[in-house]
Parts: sequence; C-alpha cells; structure tokens
Amino acid sequence: MNSLPPHIVVAPILVPLITGAILLFIDERKRNFKAVVSVVSSLVLLAVAVALFMEVNSTVSTEVAAVISTGVYLLGNWPAPFGIVLVADRLSGLMVLLVALLALPALIYSLAKWHRSGAHFHSLFHLMLMGVNGAFLTGDLFNLFVFFEVMLAASYGLLLHGSGQLRVKAGLHYIAINLVAALFFLIGVSLIYGVTGTLNMGDLAQRIAGLNPDQRMLLETGAAVLGIAFLVKAGMWPLNFWLPSAYSAASAPVAAIFAIMSKVGIYVIARLTFLLFGQTAGMSAGFGHDALLVGGIATIVFGTIGVLASQALGRLAGFSVLVSSGTLLAAMGTGNPMVAAGALYYMVSSTLTISAFFLLIELVERGQDAGANVLAVTMEAYGEGDEDEEEDEVGVTMPGTMAVLGTCFAACGILLAGLPPLSGFIAKFSMLSAILNPSGLGADDTVSTLSWWIVFLIVFSGLAALISMTRAGIRTFWGSLEGTVPRVLVIEIAPILLLLGMTLAMTIAAGPIMRYMQETARILDLPESYIQGVMTAPRAERSQEAIP
Amino acid sequence: MELILAIGIGVMTGSGVWLILRPRTYQVIIGLSLLSYAVNLFIFGVGGIKTNAPPLLLDGVITSTLTDPVPQALVLTAIVIGFATTALFLVVLLAARGLTGTDHVDGRETK
Repeated sequence: MNSLPPHIVVAPILVPLITGAILLFIDERKRNFKAVVSVVSSLVLLAVAVALFMEVNSTVSTEVAAVISTGVYLLGNWPAPFGIVLVADRLSGLMVLLVALLALPALIYSLAKWHRSGAHFHSLFHLMLMGVNGAFLTGDLFNLFVFFEVMLAASYGLLLHGSGQLRVKAGLHYIAINLVAALFFLIGVSLIYGVTGTLNMGDLAQRIAGLNPDQRMLLETGAAVLGIAFLVKAGMWPLNFWLPSAYSAASAPVAAIFAIMSKVGIYVIARLTFLLFGQTAGMSAGFGHDALLVGGIATIVFGTIGVLASQALGRLAGFSVLVSSGTLLAAMGTGNPMVAAGALYYMVSSTLTISAFFLLIELVERGQDAGANVLAVTMEAYGEGDEDEEEDEVGVTMPGTMAVLGTCFAACGILLAGLPPLSGFIAKFSMLSAILNPSGLGADDTVSTLSWWIVFLIVFSGLAALISMTRAGIRTFWGSLEGTVPRVLVIEIAPILLLLGMTLAMTIAAGPIMRYMQETARILDLPESYIQGVMTAPRAERSQEAIP
Repeated sequence: MELILAIGIGVMTGSGVWLILRPRTYQVIIGLSLLSYAVNLFIFGVGGIKTNAPPLLLDGVITSTLTDPVPQALVLTAIVIGFATTALFLVVLLAARGLTGTDHVDGRETK
C-alpha cells in the first residue's frame, strides 16, 4: 500500500456515511439537489472502489510464501488482536467494487420516479451501502455484527419505501426474521469469544488449531449458530421462505440493490469457512463443508421449483436469487479453490443480471392492464394497488420501447439460464468444469455422486430459468395484441443497459477476469497470508510522513 | 449464581420462542424482546461469572481474578442495537395495524 494514502481502505465506509448524514439535513422539497449530491457521492464511491481494487491487485506477489496482498487498516491505531482492523484483500476489493457498480444504476433508476415516493430514500440508500461495504471490509467478528445491523436497519426502511399494504406486510416478516437472525449472530459470536478469547478473524484462525476437544466442540457449535445468521441472509433452504416475497414486494431500485445483500451472507460464509476451517484449522479443517454442499443443493431444488411455479415476474426474480445463492453455497461446500474461482465469477455475473432483471420487471409490468390476465388477479389478491397511480413524469421518453425492453428481457433470460454467448454461460461452464475435474484438467479423477448431483442441478436450474423466462416473455411481449406500450424514460432504461453492458464486458474480458478470480480463490484458500497480513500490520507513525 | 443465570436465560428463551410463534404482532415483539434479554445475559455469561472482581487492570490486581471487560462492552452494543431495531419494528407493527385493520402477522384473520 504505497501509492495511495492508507485511508483509502476506510473510504468506502466513510463516503456513504457522510453522504447519508448530510442528506438527512437537506429538506425533502429540495429533491433535485439531494439527487445531485447522491449521484455525485456514488460516483465518488465508484472511484474509491476502483482505486482500492487496483491497489489491492498491485501488491500481489507470485511467491506463495510471501502472499500478503492484504491492505490492513488499524482503526484507532491499536495493534492487530487488540483493536478493530479493516482488511482489504482481493476478495473484499472485488466485493466493494461490485457494490459501487450496482449502486450507481439503481440510484439513477430511482431518479425517474421512486425517490419521490417516500422520505429519506437517498439517506437510507447510502447508509445501506455503508453497512454493506463495512461488512465486506471488516476483519473483526463483532464489528461485522455492527455493520450487519447498519445494513439491515437501512434495508428495513428501504423495503418499506413507497409504502402500501403488501410492502408493510412483507417488511414485517422480513424485520422479524432478521431480528431473530441477529440474535443467532450474537449467540454464535459470544460462544466463539468464550472459547477463544478473541474476535479478530485473523487471530481466531490462528488459535483454532491449538484448541482441546471440549473447546473445539463449543467453537464448532458457535460457528454453526453464527452460520445460521448468514445463511438466513444468503437464503439457504429452509431459511429462505421470506426472501421471494420480500424481494418482490420491494420497489424496483431497492430490489436491485438488495441483490447484493444476499451476497453479503455468501461472502461472510466463504470468508469464514476458508479462513477459520481451511488448511490451518487442524482437526476442525473442512467443518461445515458438507452442510453447505447439501444445503446448497436443497436450495437449488427449491429455487428451481419456485422459478417454474412463479406467475409474477417479481417472484420469478426472487426465486432466481435463491437459485444463485444455492449454486454459490454448493460451490463453496466443495471446498475446491478452482470451483470457488468459477463461483466468484458466477457471483458477479448473477448479481449484475438479477439487479438488471429487477429493474426491468417494473418497466415491463407497467405496460400490462390491470385485470387482463391471471397475473394481475394474483397481484390483486395480494393487495397491491399502489402501482396504478398516474405520475406526471418529466424527461425524455425512450423511442422503440418494446424492442429495447424485449432485447433486455431476452438478455436477462440468456444470462439467467446460462446460455452462450453471455457471461452466465462462462460462469457455469467454469464451475462445472472444475467440479468434474477436481484435480485439474487431464487428471484421471473419480467424481463423487454428490458432485454429479450438483452438475445436474446447475444445468437443470438453467433449463427451468429458460422455460420460465420464455413463458413470461411470450405472455408479456407477444400475448397482448392491443396492449398499451409502456412509457419508459431514458434514465430508466439506461441503468439496465449499463448493467447488461457490464455482463457483456465480463464476457469479452472473460480471460483476465477469470485469472483474477482464480488468483483470488487461491489466496482465499491460503489462510496464512490473511493471518500474517493482519497480525503483522504495522502501526502508523506519529509523524504523518512515513505511513506504511 | 451460575444456576440462577442459567435458569433465567432458559426461562426467557423458552417464553420468547413461544411468543414469537404466536399470531399477534404484539406477542411477537414481546417475544423478540425477551429473546434479546436472554441473549444479552448469555453474552454477559460467556466472560465467566465472577463476583466482586474489577474489570480494570490496576496495580495489585491479579489477572486471573479479573472480570473480562470485553463481554460487557459487547452487551452494551447489543443492547443499543437491539433497542433501536425493536423500536423500528414497533413502528412497522403500528403501520401494519393501520393499513390492514388487524394485528395478525399475516395482515388478515385466519378462520
């Protein structure tokens, strides 16, 4: 960390925090001003995330023993196990960049209509970004809890944004479930602290190998209870029944940014299983892998059934989140860094896709008459009536609306199904290839039955997504003969094109990106580099000149 | 002392779990509160229960008789966060009551 000031590590947390705080004090009537501040801030966040990403990459050494590619930031300048640390390694750098890339389109989209339909949208949005970034960057378990709660508290407000009976009902369930999950988090953290006497993740990973059997049992209990909190967030079956209703009830830009929230759960699970129960864990190595594998498979099955059964597009997208989570959990459960590399690529690709899809759904459904088909009847039964109000929208209307919407819809379908040529295919292909060749291409391996099940289910979930998307597409774009063409603004379609453009870029630059993911997964599988990076982080000097 | 603490945590957890499975929103919120009290006591307990032991390292204090100060700090944070989120839940509860006209968690009465 030489070329940039070391404070760059804390910047992804501070930028949204300061913005959210400032926006609180600006009057709601000055909407345009708030919008400008908000967009400028998310541009700054993007710049910071890119800078951090480049910084984290530049410090990679090729020697395995000397891999300390972590940018460690000591909050309060206390040395590592005593104070709270922020750790920016390749994985967290990637995740922070992904957050910034999702935030900008969602925010731009909200400027068309949504940010006017309730108070403090921009503040809540930025505070949630702060929580998400903090959860990705922190290296301390209790600090993780705090950032998790910041993220959740903001997400409660965002889910309720726009109000309406459906949202309040979904919000009530969402809050109750997440409050219980937070209690599980606390129990898990305190058990782990009680056994090991530390909350610093690097220090914890160091101490696990030296525990005696009694302590190990308690530690594994604590880790399992802790895992439940993250699996609720990630949406593993059977902890995920709240997710499709909550995500489909949220307003479009909120659902688009919620797509990253289930990935926070996945990130923490990946981080903790590789760090705490990786090679250095001694007797505990590999703890939880089987649970993740089986849970992931069950989640794919549940999500696939949901995708096939969904009539409303919002629920289809909600179940697609579950399929994506299940695939990732199963891939993490294999414990193979090559599979994890494919899974990381898949995570970025599917998050961008689902985010774009949530934004697109609102535009597509705008064109449908109420009561015209089964879909609308179902929605009425759920008590949704707040979408019908006519808004006097100002701005440039998109020409050739149906053609653009249809193309975007088809692109989303291809990405969700994992068909060539887009990045969904590359992601699934690399995962399947790594699962079928556990020790590298060309080696003569036997593939376990469970692996065959994962392969089958990943392919089958793609088929299910394709069937569902085709059915929904035919009904939406070809079925309505005299259907009204929805009035779509340029600033509503541009974010979708931006997100889909990113997946296209991922397809074109698949080689370098995949190499990056492989390197990330390889380092993730080497807990020593993380531990050493954290434990040997030097304190900042009193004179401001020689900060390491 | 350990027995009293354990029974206290157990009773509150049991009552809390029963209450959050009830159909009325008010019962759910009381259940969540009871659960969070139980969890707070649990966090307090993992530091080891010591009576009349100082949490601060002063001259003449032997470290083995020291009360672990970290769980106390954790409990404080957990109480504040739990209080804030419960208050937020209360607001949503009232909104749901106003919009649906019932205090059932699903927004409509089951026959």
